[in-house]
Amino acid sequence: MTAALFLAQRISAMVLALAVAVHLATILYAIHGGLTAADILARTHGNLGFFLFYSVFVAAVAFHAPIGLRNVIREWTSWRGPSLDAVLAAVAVALLVLGMRAVIAVYVA
Amino acid sequence: MMRASHKQPGYVAALLHRLSGIALAIFLPLHFLALATALNGAAALDSFLAITHEPLVKASECLLVAALATHMTLGLRILAIEFLDIRERTVAVLTGCAAAVFAVGLAFLLNAG
Repeated sequence: MTAALFLAQRISAMVLALAVAVHLATILYAIHGGLTAADILARTHGNLGFFLFYSVFVAAVAFHAPIGLRNVIREWTSWRGPSLDAVLAAVAVALLVLGMRAVIAVYVA
Repeated sequence: MMRASHKQPGYVAALLHRLSGIALAIFLPLHFLALATALNGAAALDSFLAITHEPLVKASECLLVAALATHMTLGLRILAIEFLDIRERTVAVLTGCAAAVFAVGLAFLLNAG
């Protein structure tokens, strides 16, 4: 792993450590007594704090997951080189686009 | 890096970290797509949420929450080893990780039930 990827992986991990802990607590709180779309959207609609928190969360995931997958694929398979990097760059973009689409969906809905 | 012997706790920790990470990477796009159904209104999101009441889906959700807790706690282990002056005690860390994952999984089941 290059120094830049290593650094991106570790910095995103530090962000995610906090974000995942908050997300897990939110999940456990949110599902108490059932979960409906109205319950979710009541918390997220127009909530700028929520929007910013989950935007950072999604950006960190879009860095962290593809780099982690790259490490695993390189360790467990013989797949190397530009094709692997191109596929994982596409995964990063897809996670960013799908993640932000989801964040925007529950913010504006 | 997974360089520890297969019999060492460090290998188990690294393997669990990777497997939980792969599970989360597969699940995440589906999670994002599900939430994005809200673009079509609350009713559309509710239609999806109805699926989550199926026992098999609920069990899968519980496993994913456990995978998230596993990946986070084992990730904290790596950060602690690399960035803090901590002499690793892998068995103790794995035990703590297992306890945290069990607690989160149990809390999820009790709340979702």
